[in-house]
Order: sequence, then structure tokens, then C-alpha cells
Amino acid sequence: MRPRILPLLLAGLAALAPPTHAARTTLTVAAFPDLDRSAKIAIESWAVTHPDVQVKLTTRAYADHHTAMTTAIATGANLPDVMAVDMDYLGKFAQASGLEDLDGPPYDAQAIAPLLSHFTLGPATGAGRRLRALPADIGPGALFYRADLLTRAGIAESDLTHDWDSYLAAGRKLKAATGVYLLASAIDLKDIVIRAGLADGQGIFFDASGKSQVESRRFVQAFTLARAARRAGIDAKIAAWSSEWSEGFRRDRVATQMMGSWLAGHLKNWIAPAQSGQWRSAPLPGGAAASWGGSYWAIPARAEHKALAWEFIKTLSLDRAQQLEAFKRLDAFPALIAAQQDDYLSQPIAYLGGQAARLQWRAASERVPALHVDRYDRVANDIVNAELDQVLEHDKPIAQALADARVAIDRRARRY
Amino acid sequence: MKRKPWIPARWAPYVFISPFFILFGAFGLFPLLFSIVLSFHQWDPVAGITGMHFVGLDNFAYALMRDDWLRKAMFNTLWIALVSGIPQHLVALPLAWFLNRAFGRWRNAVTGAYFLPFITSTVAISLVFSSLFSKDFGLVNAAFAALREVPVLGWLMPGQSIDWNQPGYTKWMISAVVFWRYVGWNTVLYMSAIQTIPGDLLEAAQIDGASARQRFLHIVLPLLKPMVFFAVTLSIIGNLQLFEEPFILTGGTGGIDQAGKTAAMHMYAVAFMDGDFGTASAIAWLLFLMISGATWINKRLLGARA
Repeated sequence: MRPRILPLLLAGLAALAPPTHAARTTLTVAAFPDLDRSAKIAIESWAVTHPDVQVKLTTRAYADHHTAMTTAIATGANLPDVMAVDMDYLGKFAQASGLEDLDGPPYDAQAIAPLLSHFTLGPATGAGRRLRALPADIGPGALFYRADLLTRAGIAESDLTHDWDSYLAAGRKLKAATGVYLLASAIDLKDIVIRAGLADGQGIFFDASGKSQVESRRFVQAFTLARAARRAGIDAKIAAWSSEWSEGFRRDRVATQMMGSWLAGHLKNWIAPAQSGQWRSAPLPGGAAASWGGSYWAIPARAEHKALAWEFIKTLSLDRAQQLEAFKRLDAFPALIAAQQDDYLSQPIAYLGGQAARLQWRAASERVPALHVDRYDRVANDIVNAELDQVLEHDKPIAQALADARVAIDRRARRY
Repeated sequence: MKRKPWIPARWAPYVFISPFFILFGAFGLFPLLFSIVLSFHQWDPVAGITGMHFVGLDNFAYALMRDDWLRKAMFNTLWIALVSGIPQHLVALPLAWFLNRAFGRWRNAVTGAYFLPFITSTVAISLVFSSLFSKDFGLVNAAFAALREVPVLGWLMPGQSIDWNQPGYTKWMISAVVFWRYVGWNTVLYMSAIQTIPGDLLEAAQIDGASARQRFLHIVLPLLKPMVFFAVTLSIIGNLQLFEEPFILTGGTGGIDQAGKTAAMHMYAVAFMDGDFGTASAIAWLLFLMISGATWINKRLLGARA
């Protein structure tokens, strides 16, 4: 018997002996591309400052990530400690109770609110004025255009940006002179106009009390402009992010695109790297100020390591060096105001013909209002797009389309 | 000394078969039953499990009477199911007969070539077809442009490049991909059935002077009826649950005017975009009833004496 008992005794003693070094805590982080690259930068710095913490990063495709986070919160299984939320999904996540309230102790995030771009915390604030996420990057709206194509047609930047009428007139001129489309899709026009002219606290589709806004003057103007662009034949009828969209830029078929400042990085890196020096950035037409996208970090209410998660989020959102490094490496415009003051912003961008466009984007970000985000924004957006399709494809009267959109939104989004 | 077994011997069979029942219970039965429960509740999963509220039949009533998009998606689903499904079988039946007769020992290799689309990743297929159907840069429009130069044939070709993303073409594009993908699968099914037909039957008919066409129509086709019933049943189930091909080809939106949005896509959007798992579950059960009804009709038409 003795030979069998001895190894067991030794194993038992070994288990009781004090560890030679403390066990490492594993912090789990879930993100999507390219935001995961920003997390990797933070992980590099944490390897030095937090040697006792191992950060495990899980990356899924954009839509898959948000689906996975939805089911993780629903079931409580496979919940990360830190989760990324894109601006498009923020309304849905922020309005529910599955995320930690960062306003309350021990976070007290409102104390750090002045450090961040003023419009970023509004969308992350859900029911009961609870802050559910901190921003990492923002997407100040810009009008990107091909200077060479516009020059060939005799069009100046001011023709594009003066107002919407001059923008459409420039499109007709460009099409007539070169055969090039001014914009990929008339829907892009609608998307910017419905975001223009809003004040702090107002929402795009719903007001703060949840009332649908789709029959307002903003939407009438947006639909009217989109229809005018379609009738003028100046949009290529291409959906953003499709293969035809990127190919349209590569083959000189589309001359402008209104989007967040981060589009410059996409153009440079994979959409049209060969067109370096030919693109420019301009303010949005008619003095509009809007933000496209933006990334946030949140802590699930049932996360295991909330204190560490908060530390990690503070690194991602409030560390100046981290924010600048993410800006330099992946063109993620910093949400942290201190990072926006860095000299890096005044450096010329070779891809944009030496333009110091980052300063322009910073100026744009200062004018973006802090909008109210509703959990049904995505539903309303789908319904409005469907009605705009009816206007553009079947010539449905705009007033009728918007009235139908309101009924559909009330029916779908306001059932409970 | 003989050791006492740690479980009684009479339990052993149940222990051995228990892995199946445990797995089936966890991953088959539980989701099924939970979706029934969900269909009677309003639940946004982001609110956690405590956010469920009982709403009775409201989700079913909404889906049936007030969800315009579901009606449109159902119509699209039926349209694509018929336009892609019927030709699959009309082509696969004679093709199986032809391959069986014409290729001798190369038969399996040729059949494998037709089967290849079925085992290829749907995502890869859909991405390739997205490129093929591109308006300005796609091979399909390039082929039409080339054929326009051919005398006589050129008259039949469209005068300009087709924008396949326009509502009038979206369903045709999806149907073409679905047809291409599943015709090989049906061919294999029919070929395996043809090979079970006794050779002496066909030989006797040949000796009696029956042509290949007559043998196909009067001997092979009647004997294939059970397999036709089986293959059509699979097509009904598959086509009415169509998701991946239209989802990827239309970028997940259903395309302009939602012309390519299927019922399964709508169900997914209701669950994961709208955050309404209750209504999505109700739609799932309505879809189940629709598939059951279509299968019952198929049974009446093809399976009576199968």
C-alpha cells in the first residue's frame, strides 16, 4: 500500500504549499475589427503596467460581435469583462439593463465627462440617465472628394460645400463633363440631411419622449434632395461597403463620399491606395455637422472582473498616449479632448494631397450636437430606408412615404 | 475479491445511450421548447432573462395581421422557392438519366462536378456571384455585351448592362444562385434512384423497341416517384428556410425595396436588429406551419402512391 499512498501525500502537500507567485487574473475583452487593433495597443501597455493580468482578446466580425454580445447578455454565458459597442448598436445596448451603470459608484464616470468630446456621452446614456459606455473614438463627418475629377469638370470645392443646391448642380456638371457620378447613393444624402441642424438633446428619429420625428421638415428635405439626386442621374445607385462601391472609387466612377473622418484611412489602406494625393476632405455641404459611427467600451452587468475592466476602459478612453497611438495606427479619431490637442493633428496627410485635414475634422467634431439615441433607431432607420426606396424606385409621393414610415415605426417600434 | 459495480448492471444500457439524450435535450429539445415559450413573450435579450413579459398571442397576431414586411418576405420566399426549385427538378431528372447512360465509368466523376456547388461554402459562392452579377464590372453583363455583337443572338440580349441590384432583378439573381447550387444535389439523388431500377426492365423495353426518351418517360420516371417526393420535400424545406444566399447577395438588408428579403432573413432581423425575440419566435413557428402545409400538399400530389 505504501508506494500508492506516497505520491498522493506528496501531491496533497504540494497543493497546500503557498504559491511561488500569484496566479494571473484573466481579463476578457470582446471587440470587432479594426477596434480590436486599438485594444491590442492597450494590451501592449498593460503587459508592462499590469504584469499580473492577462488580457484575452476575442475578435469577431462586426455584425457577429454584436449578435454574440446580445446572446451573451441574454444568457449570461461567455460574457466578456469588457465589450466593444459600435455607435449603430449603442441605442439598443444603452437602453437596456444588461450593462453596468458607469455613472454610479465605483465608476462615477460623469466626473470625467469634461475630458471627452461633448457629444459622445449623450448617445451612451440610457433609460434613467444611466451612462452605459465610454467612447474610444469618434467619426466627425467630412465630405471626401476627388480633386482631379472635379478639376477636370471645372468644379471648385466651394461648389460642393456652399449648400445642397450647389452640391446637386456640381453633380450635374460633373456627370455632363466626365460621366462620373457625384455620389454612390442618393441614400447618402438622406443620411446626412436627417442628421443636420439638430441641437443637443434632440434625436434623429425620435425626440426625448420617444415621439417619432420622421414627418419633420428634416426628413422632407432629406427625401426631396435624395429624389432630386436620383432624377438628375448623379448617384451610382451603389450601396456603401459593397464590392461595387469600392470598385467604383478605384475605377474613377464616383467622385465624392460623405462619411466619418475614418474613411480617409480606409481609402488609403485598401479601397483606393493608388489614388494617393487625389483625394481631399472638405466640410459637409451647407454647414452641416454630423458624426458617423464611433466606438464605445462597456462592462456587462454580470462581468466577473468589473474593477479591472473599468481600469482597462479608462486606458482605452482616457489615456492620451493610447488615444494618439490608435489615431496614428488605425485612423481612429480620438474621443479624448487632450489627444485632440496634439501636434499630430496639424501634420499634413500625404494621401489627401498634403492637407492638414485632421484640424478640419476636429473643428467639425466641436460642432456635432449631443444627440438623444433611442433603442429603436435601427428599426426606424430600416423603415425610413424602405420608404425612401419606394420614393426613388416607384416615385411614391414623399408626404405619403413619410406618413407610412411613421405608422410603420409606431407599429413596429412602439408595440410595448 | 469481486468489486461491486458503481452502477447497477440494469442501468448500463441507459448510461450508454444517455449521451445522445443529454445532447438532444440540451441542443435540440430545449431550444425548441424555449422558442415556443418565447413566442408568447415580449423579450429584448439585451435586458437579460428578467426582461421577459408574457403577451399571450399578441406576437402571432402582430406577425399575421400587422407585419407588412413579413408578408413581403413570405411572398419573396415563395417566389424564389418556385422559380429556383421547379427548374432544379426539371433539369436534375433528365440530367441524372443522361449522366447515368452517357458517361459509363466516368459517371461518378462527372456527377461529382455537378455536386461540387452543394459542398462549397455558401459564403464563398455568394461572394463570387456578387462579383459575377456586378453591374459595371461583372462577368454576366460582360458576357451579355459580348453576345450583343453576335448576329441574331444579339437581338435577344439586353441593350445595356443590367443592374442586378434593382428590385426587378434581385429575386432572379438569388434564384439563379440557388438553382445552380442545388441542381447537382438533386441530380445525385435521382441518379442513386435510377441505379436501383432493375436493368432487365430497361433491357426488355429496349428489345421491345422503346427509345431512350420513351424508357425515361414511361419506365424511369414512374419508378422514380418516391425519390421525386423525397427530393421535392427537401427542396420545399430548404427553399422556404432560405437565408444564406439572399443574405450575402443583398448585404444582409434584403436589397433595394427589400426585393430579396426572405422570411428567414426577416425573422433574423426581427430578433437581432429589432431585439424582439418573441415576435421572431412567433414568425419561426408560422414558418414551420407554412413548411408543414407545403409538405402536406406535396405528399398529396406526389406521395400518395410513393
